[in-house]
Formats: sequence, structure tokens, C-alpha cells
Amino acid sequence: MTGADRAGGRAKATEPLLLGVRHHGPGSARAVRAALDAARPDVVLVEGPPEADALLPLAADEGMRPPVALLAHAVDEPARSVFWPLAAFSPEWVAVRWALDHGAEVRFIDLPAAHTLAWDRREAASEGHEAASERHEAAAEEEAASDEAEQEPGTGRGSAGEGTAEHPAGTGAEATAATGSGPAGPAGPLPSQGEAEADGPHSPSPEAGHPDAAQPGTGRPAGDDVRVDPLAALAAAAGYDDPERWWEDVVEHRGAGQGDPLAPFTVLEEAMTALRETYADRDSERDLVREAHMRLKIRAAQRDSGGSVAVVCGAWHVPALRRKATVTADRALLKGLPKVKTDMTWVPWTHRRLSRAGGYGAGIDAPGWYAHLFEAPDRPVERWLTKVAGLLRAEDRTVSTAHVIEAVRLAETLAAMRGRPLPGLGETMDAARAVMCEGSDVPLALVHDRLVVGDELGEVPDAAPAVPLQRDLTRLQRRLRLKPEAHGRMVDLDLRKETDAERSRLLHRLRLLGVNWGEPAGSPGSTGTFRESWWLRWEPELSVRVAEAGAWGTTVVAAATAKAEADALGAATLADVTALAEHCLLAQLPGALPVVMQVLADKAALDADVGHLAQALPALVRSLRYGDVRGTATEALAEVAAGLAERIFVGLPPACAALDADGAAQMRHHLDAVHPATGLLGDTLPDRRDDLRARWHGVLRNLSGRDSVPGLLRGRAARLLLDDGSLEQEQAARLMGLALSPGTPPADAAAWIEGFVGGGGGMLLVHDERLLGLVDAWLTAVPAEAFTDVLPLLRRTFSAYEPGVRRTLGELVRRGPGQTGGATAGVAGIPGFAAELDRERADAVLPVVRLLLGLDGPRTGPAAGPSGSAAGAPGSTAGVSGLTAGARGRAADGELAGAA
Amino acid sequence: MSVSVGTTSAAPRRKRSASANTEHSTPANGVRTDTVTTSAKGEGQALRPHAEDAFADELAALAAHDDRPRPARWKLSPWAVATYLLGGTLPDGTVITPKYVGPRRVIEVAVTTLATDRALLLLGVPGTAKTWVSEHLAAAVSGDSTLLVQGTAGTPEEAIRYGWNYAQLLAHGPSRDALVPSPVMRAMAQGMTARVEELTRIPADVQDTLITILSEKTLPIPELGEEVQAVRGFNLIATANDRDRGVNDLSSALRRRFNTVVLPLPESPDAEVDIVTRRVEQIGRSLDLPAVPDGIDEIRRVVTVFRELRDGVTTDGRTKLKSPSGTLSTAEAISVVTNGLALAAHFGDGVLRAGDVAAGIVGAVVRDPAADRVVWQEYLETVVRERDGWKDFYRACREVSA
Repeated sequence: MTGADRAGGRAKATEPLLLGVRHHGPGSARAVRAALDAARPDVVLVEGPPEADALLPLAADEGMRPPVALLAHAVDEPARSVFWPLAAFSPEWVAVRWALDHGAEVRFIDLPAAHTLAWDRREAASEGHEAASERHEAAAEEEAASDEAEQEPGTGRGSAGEGTAEHPAGTGAEATAATGSGPAGPAGPLPSQGEAEADGPHSPSPEAGHPDAAQPGTGRPAGDDVRVDPLAALAAAAGYDDPERWWEDVVEHRGAGQGDPLAPFTVLEEAMTALRETYADRDSERDLVREAHMRLKIRAAQRDSGGSVAVVCGAWHVPALRRKATVTADRALLKGLPKVKTDMTWVPWTHRRLSRAGGYGAGIDAPGWYAHLFEAPDRPVERWLTKVAGLLRAEDRTVSTAHVIEAVRLAETLAAMRGRPLPGLGETMDAARAVMCEGSDVPLALVHDRLVVGDELGEVPDAAPAVPLQRDLTRLQRRLRLKPEAHGRMVDLDLRKETDAERSRLLHRLRLLGVNWGEPAGSPGSTGTFRESWWLRWEPELSVRVAEAGAWGTTVVAAATAKAEADALGAATLADVTALAEHCLLAQLPGALPVVMQVLADKAALDADVGHLAQALPALVRSLRYGDVRGTATEALAEVAAGLAERIFVGLPPACAALDADGAAQMRHHLDAVHPATGLLGDTLPDRRDDLRARWHGVLRNLSGRDSVPGLLRGRAARLLLDDGSLEQEQAARLMGLALSPGTPPADAAAWIEGFVGGGGGMLLVHDERLLGLVDAWLTAVPAEAFTDVLPLLRRTFSAYEPGVRRTLGELVRRGPGQTGGATAGVAGIPGFAAELDRERADAVLPVVRLLLGLDGPRTGPAAGPSGSAAGAPGSTAGVSGLTAGARGRAADGELAGAA
Repeated sequence: MSVSVGTTSAAPRRKRSASANTEHSTPANGVRTDTVTTSAKGEGQALRPHAEDAFADELAALAAHDDRPRPARWKLSPWAVATYLLGGTLPDGTVITPKYVGPRRVIEVAVTTLATDRALLLLGVPGTAKTWVSEHLAAAVSGDSTLLVQGTAGTPEEAIRYGWNYAQLLAHGPSRDALVPSPVMRAMAQGMTARVEELTRIPADVQDTLITILSEKTLPIPELGEEVQAVRGFNLIATANDRDRGVNDLSSALRRRFNTVVLPLPESPDAEVDIVTRRVEQIGRSLDLPAVPDGIDEIRRVVTVFRELRDGVTTDGRTKLKSPSGTLSTAEAISVVTNGLALAAHFGDGVLRAGDVAAGIVGAVVRDPAADRVVWQEYLETVVRERDGWKDFYRACREVSA
């Protein structure tokens, strides 16, 4: 395989240069580049979908920055798609760029995506598209893994005859031997690569088998038939128990090129040949078809160009491509393949999605590390640990140069002890942990996240064809008759209508994706749950946003789901997640809910600030109500909300102790927010209603009776209990008496009063003589010197009342206590109301209420139910009476005000 | 042992002659060492023999088969040391019992650290076998695990540097003979592994005497105008409790000289239940507690509670929890169960029940009355209450915490 040989091969121009690689293997990539530089072929053929040939020149575009992915999707069904991710260190990418830079022709030779997608449909019928696409990725990755043949492209081998089968047993043995010496030895012996795996997107089964082996980690989908992992076989022969590590040792970690750039490919091919013979029966139908197609394309390329041809493909395929097969036989294999109309484009990709930790469940473990191996000109370990030190320093950990030195020493010694030629990722991470992170995994997790995986985000030039997401959006816009218009307009949506509901969902989903086509407009005079107003305006840059969002998925709903999940995982605070959960419900993304809910539950569990929890609960409960109107399934949400309520119940009493005035005022808002939310939640979870209610009341009672709790909160708790009818009037009077007795500092007592009767509570005093009497008695007993202290507080309390209420109160006070007599005496339950319902008056209001709530039937609707109960009276009749009386219960207030 | 005694007396002599210090009695030195060793070893009758004696056969077998390169003065190659700790089978069928059950990585990093001439700091909560690992490492590397400094709040500088034999000092003036070397000093002179237990309990100023020893590998003796230089093979293993952080935190200068390895808590609940059960049995026997039948369920429950609160997530991985401020180590679980057993045996019907362990658990969890109580209540209400078959435990805990 040295010059002479190569020259010979070239002269004949009959034998293609076959470069078996491991997909996404940096060692393979470097080897491919060296081999191409040495062989200088006229045509470069790359394993990939031929439909993308037209898009190839874009790879050299200035605006193109890997990682990117080729995306193929069915034209009429954008959700069905396949990605071929390419990173800067992918051998395929290197080959494409080499060809473009050197003026060589470049083509893709794999089975067209049209067949792949159709095939998937057939195979994955039961799994669903997503599974199918996952599988692709898995496959793609595998490939990556597979081969990297490292150094040289085995061109030399070209000679045909030999190629194939040669020595089956012999090879195996050779391979083994080679590996044994592998670490030390030069490239040559590396057998490697076992895996060659397959390729990309398509090969479901075979690859599926491999991937693991090859790749770092691929999570492979269940293939139809399990192929033995060839890499594992080779690794086991070399005495390694972990095929990935073996691969790294013999392939990825070898430096760039000493020796013949083609040699490693030769060795790799031999190893693959032996493997494929051993496992001949495992070749999947799909592999055979793909290889037949590749052979045909190679032949065509040779015929067309007449020049020399280099092929970059998964190492697993090399022996098959070398094999002589008749054109007729190959054609026969390709006959009658199913087909769908497909479209291709480039989409930006990220390192995170390349990694197996990402959303697709398949990939390489450490894209950042691989990129580093590919980019580092020399001394990869030293450079890597220096990078790690830099990151840790940026995070304010003291890491000195001495640390780096020691870490490098430790990593190298560890590698020696583990019998590896060079420290791998495992050794460097162990060393970084012991030397730089003081044995802690916490900073190490940061290193893993930022460096080993990395945040690299690819870019695609504007010239790339529209992403399927745009098409899907266009389709939806047409169907929902929502035209993108540059001038803004206001749209009112009635969510009870199917089309409007869909429009609303579309707009909400787009907002999630950062495409702010519609802005929700505060709908004047309506807080109803079934009406939404949007301000629509299509700015030109929104198209760019759509293109960017294309990385998240191929349809609006899939992209929004993926984005919501990612947002949830990245959310910093509980409130963010709650808002997101609400958003998901509005946008009806049930797919994202499990993740969002999980994150929400986790955040809630770890949030030590009851205030945050209390803020989150109302939004959640509100979401539950929306869910009712929109028909979204909300069980999971209800479950989380109940858990949240539980935590609030536990955490609230300690959090209320020892607060200053401002803290108390804030906490009082939390109390006010949680109270109706608890009621609403009880309505949503009927079987837990009593439990929730009882526990909440227990908390309130606890608060109202605790001396360490500020007066404001004690008063508020008593008032809330009284409203719910679970505190007897006598008890309330007793509490008030206690709070207002001379032993209590006047300021504290005034705060109690504010908590108890403040905030629109004037009605209570108007109707409850006895309480008024108590307040009155306390007020008149305040000593003159203390009066000025409490005056501001009292003023704050009473000035918040409606003027009418104030006047009435004033009149009552002027009249003196006891004048109105027994209006309230003997009333069971709710203070301030007659013992018997005045049915005639109550019924009179029903038609209006129905009208307001948009209900046609006689039954009280779901929206009415909650508000009624929120008002604290059991049953809807009581709710109505509450409405009649006005002023009770904030929820009822809200509805009324809104309706008015 | 005799070998190490020999080395002990020989090395200082070499050192002394190097520093051109002439008269001194080898015997005195030899005797001193000998005494120390003998009393430490108590050949044949020790309640607990040292690792290098208890596992002498395994060490010998490993040494016989060990053809890999050994660092200077190491009794075994790093690979063999790792095998000694992790267990394995030699080509001739000799079975090496595992001394440490846990991630392989931990031991590999620890051994490699020693081989690279860096000091090793073993961190971990109580009960994670730090001392055990350090003893066996020293035994395998140097064949001697007795060069030990026990760190306490009162550990003086002499324990790390050297002291004086005052009778000698007064009678003959300062000389090498009047010097009482510390274990660290002897390890330096002989190229052995020294051990420092509970490094973070040692006052900060005393800790810092290690800095020169670890970076310059020398120990000056200004009184004599000499120094002891470490020879190849010298190294130091320190253990520290990482929950003691902040008590006598290592200065960053000292910290930088250590590679840190954190020994993790048992990985699986089963492993932990196993450890707890075994220890509880041993302790129970020594306290003459009557055997209690069917305690395993209660033990499992205690371990579950401890693990869940410690890890901040329920066993099924579904729910996250806040973690209390206590360590909730395996050692504490053992003491809770033992305590419960004593309660059941002396005041109950002899069967370990939820009520017997509840008070102990609450005591272990609620260390900080404000924050931990909330954590505990939350755990009770959100996790324990809902769990099947835990009603009795829930009630018992409610009773105790109320």
C-alpha cells in the first residue's frame, strides 16, 4: 500500500479505494483525511442518502458549521423523518469537505431515503415514527462507531480478488494477534474496527446489533434480528471486556499518521471480512439491499468519471462492497422496494443530541471528547486536562497548573495500570476527580456536561431548503385559515369551537418554540376561561425562527413537545416550570407533560421556600381548570398539585413563625392564594377533597393559635377558617378576644385586625354584630398613648373598604352595640346570612348566571362548580346565594366582575 | 516483621552516616523499634491481627506471581495491590479474597496515586471503610500497616515530626539517640507507607507540618542541624471524614498535595441491609441481647428510610426529597437498629417493631430542629403515609414526632 501499489491501483482505476470507518470516530476521520490526501481520488463516494447530492455543495458554504444533520422526511407526512447527524469529526463530513475543497466530485451512495422511509414505515408500523427515527439515529451512531479505520484507507487492498474472503479463519487469528499488540503497535495491525457497522440510517437490524459495540453507547433499538456485535467479538479476542474501550485504544487514540495512511484500512477490512464470514447468516435483508445499491453506485461512478474512486462507508460494509456481484443480481435485489416521496435538507444539530444522553436515546457518549481528539494537534491528554482546568477556574474553583501536571501524571499512570496505551476519557476523568475536584462528583458533572458532551450548536446556511417544520406550519395555517400577515390584527378565539381551539393551540405551541407570531392580548373585560384574544403579526424574522426551531422536530407539535421537555429540564426555578406546565396545557402537549410534571415534582420537593410553592400552586390549579374547559387530561397535573399542596401544608407553619411586618404581609398573600387553590383542587380530586380540606384547615387552625406567628397571619387564618364555616363564631370571638386583649401589644392586635377583617372583608363586620362589638370594644379600650401607634394600621385596614361598607359600619357603630339585636344570633354555619335560603330571590339570579357562564342546560357547569365551592359554601345553591350576596369569596368575585 | 525491624534500624543509620553524624548506638534504635513493633503486634495473641499478618498468605502468593514492574520499595506491583484489595484468582488457583467491595475505579485511582508519589486522601462518611482500605493499602504496598498516626483534636506536632527522649536528652544532650522519631519520620527514612487517621481532626497548625514533608519530602531537625530525607517508596495515606468539613479544614496548600478519593456509601439497598444486619448481630451478641426473630423487615425499613433521605430520592426513583443535615450513614443505621433491639428485648415483647426504631430514626434524622423537622414531616406525609404496609411505621413516627 505504499506509493507504488497505490499508483498501480490508480492506474487501473478499476478498484475503488474502500475506506471503512466508524461513524463519528475521530480517529477514523483523521485516517480518512490522511488517506484521501495520499490517494487524491477524483470521485469521493460517501455512505448517505443520494437525494442529498444536490445539497452537498452547501457543506462548503461559509454559513455551514457542524454539527449539522441531513434530514429526510416524507413530503406528505413530515413527522416521518430520518436524520444523518454529522459532526466535524465524522469521517463522512471530513470526506465531503475534502472533496469539496479539492474539487473532487462527491456523491452519496447509500439506499435512497425514499426507500428507507418507506421501509421504516413497513417495519415500524407498530413502533411509530418516532421510534423509527430513533432507530435511525441509533444506527447512524453505530456506524460511527464502527469504523474508524484509522490510518489508512485500505486502498491498497484494492485488488479485487483478494478482497473478499480470503482467509476467514486466518483473519480472525490475525486480527487477534494484531490487537494483542495493538496498543503498542502501529496502526497496521489494528484490526479494528470492527464495527464497521453499518450505516446510518438505514440499517435497522444489523446495525442495531452492532451499535453497542461500536459506539459508545448507543442505545440501540431492538432490531429485528440480533446481530452479534462484531466489535465485541474483536475486543474479546484481544482480551478486552469492553468493546468501546478496545476501540478507543486501538483506533481512536492513535495519533495521526505515522506510516502508511492506507494500512489501517487494510487491516480493518481483513478483520471485517473475517467477521462477516463468521456471522454471514446474520446479514439482514436490509444490509444486503443497501450494499447492492452501493455497489451499483460505485460502478456507475467509476464508469462516469473514469478516474479513481474513493468510498467512505461503515467498515462493516467494506467486505461486501469489495465482493464481486453481477449488476443483474444487484438490480434484482433492489427491485420493487417500497418508496415514498421525500424531501431533504440540512438542519442544525447539537453535540447534546449527538450524545446518548440526549433526547434520541442513541449516539456517542462523549462528542466533546471526540471533537477534542480530532482537533487537538498533539498531546491530547495534556490539552484536555488544561481545558478541564480552565472550565473549573471559570467556575471559581482554584485549580493551578500544578493540579494539571499531577492530573496528567495520574491519568497516565492509571492508563498504564489498566493496560491502555494512552489515557482515555475514563482515566482523565478519574484523574480530574481525584486531583482537581477533591474527589467530588459535583464539579465533575459540570465537566461532563460542558466539555465531554459540550454545547456546540451547528449552523446551516440560509440557502438550505425549508425545513419540514415550515411546511407543517404552512399546512396548518392553511387548514386553520390563519394567514401570516405582516400587519398586526387582533383575533378573538372562542375555545369552545373546534377551529378556534386549534388555532389557540397552534399559537401557543409556536410561542413555546420562540416563534412569537401571536401575542396573547389581555382580553378586556373577560377573565373567562374559554375566550382568548391574540395580537397576530408575522414579522419576517419569524421565518428564521421557524428554521431554527426545525432542529426540535419536523412538525409543530413534535417540535413544541421536544422544546418544552428541554425547557423543563433546563428551568431554573419552580415558577418557571409551573408556567411551562400551564403553557403545555394551553398548547395541549400531552407528550411533554410527563417530563414537565416530573421536573415540577422534583423542583417542588427540593424547594425549601414555601413562598415559591405557594406561588406555584395557584397557577397549577388554574391549569387544572383550563384543562376542564379544553378537554385536556390532567390527572398527572392534579397529582402533582396535590403533592405540592401537601408540601405547603407541612412547610407553612414553620415558615410563618418569626416574620417581620413585610414578611408577614407577603406570607398573607400566599395564604390568600393557597386558600382558594386548595378549594379548587379539592373539587378536581373529589375523593381527596375532604382530606385536603381537613388538612388545610388543620394548618390554618395551627396558625391561628400559635403565638410565634405574626398577628396579621393569625388573624387571616382565623378569618379563612371562619369563611369556610369550620370555625364556630364563638371560637372566632374567643380568638379575637385573645388577640385583642390588653396583654397583647396594640400594634400586634391591630395587625390581627387587619388580617382578620382586611381586604374586602368589611361585609363581615357589617353582618356580624358580635365581631363588630369585639372590634369596637377593643378599639375603645386602646389607651390614648397607644392609639397613635395603631392608627396607621387601622386606617390601612378600614380605608380599603368600599365607601358604602364604611358608611354602614359607621352607622352601626353610631347606633351603638346591641341595637340590631339578634339578626345573627342562632344562625348555624355561615355568619351574616339568614338561616333559610330565600329561594325566590336566589332563583331569580340563576338565568343570569347561566348566561354569564355560557351554559345552556339547567345543570351548573364545571366552571360554576369550582367558583361556587371556592366561595366556601357547599353545593351550588349556596354558591348562588353567595353570588347573590355579592362580595363573598374571591373566586366568585372574580367571575362576577369578569362577567360584568 | 523481623524484616521491617531490620530495615528500620538500618535506614536511620544510613541517614546518620550520610549526615556525618558519628556516634550513636544502633542497639538503642533497634530496641526502640522492636519494642514498638512487638507491643503493636502481640504475635499470635492479638485480638485483631494486622492486615499484613492476617493475609500474609495472600500477599505471599501475589508476590510470587507478580512479574509486573514494582516501584522502588514496593512489595507488590500496583496491579497486584489492586488485585489484593479487590480480590481475584491467581493463575495457580489461589483465591484472593476481596478486601473492599465497591467500585473498582476507587481502588485503581488510590493505588495509582501512591505509585505516582502523591499523597492519598481517603474521604467518606463514617462507616465507608476508609481506615480499612488505608490499612490494607499500606500492608500490600509496604508490607507494614503499623506506621500510624491517630489524628485527634489533641494530636501534637511530635506525633508527625519527632519527639525527644528526655532522659537521654538530659543525660547526653541533643543527639540522634535522644530523638524519638514519629511513624511518619520512620516511613520517610525507610521508604514505607505512613498512615494518618482522621486528618481533619488534627489542629490546623499541626496539619501544616505535613506540607514540607509532602512537597519537599524532607523533615528538618533544626536542633541537630540535620534533616531526614524521604527515600523512594515513602508515601502517606490520610483518611478524613467529609462530614467534618469546616472543623479543621485542610489548608489549600496541604489539600493540593493530596489526591482525593471519596469512598462511596454502599451502592444497593441489599448490600447495605446486609452490612447492617451483620454488624447488628455482632454488636447484639457482644451486648448479650437476646436474639430477636424477624428483625429483617424492620432493618430493611430503617435502611430504606436512611437511603432515601440521604440520596434525596425515593427508592423507586420517582420522587425527590429534601435531605436532612445529618449524615445518615450506615453506621447510624446500625446504631438505630441496635437501639431498637435493646428496646424490644428489655421493654417490649422481644419482637422488633416499628415503634422501637421510630424514635431512633427521628433522632438520627432531625439534627437541626428547624430545618430537619420540616424535611422529616414532608417525608412522612408525602412518602411514608402513601406507602403500602408502612401504616404502623407512619403511626409510630407521628407519635414520636408530635
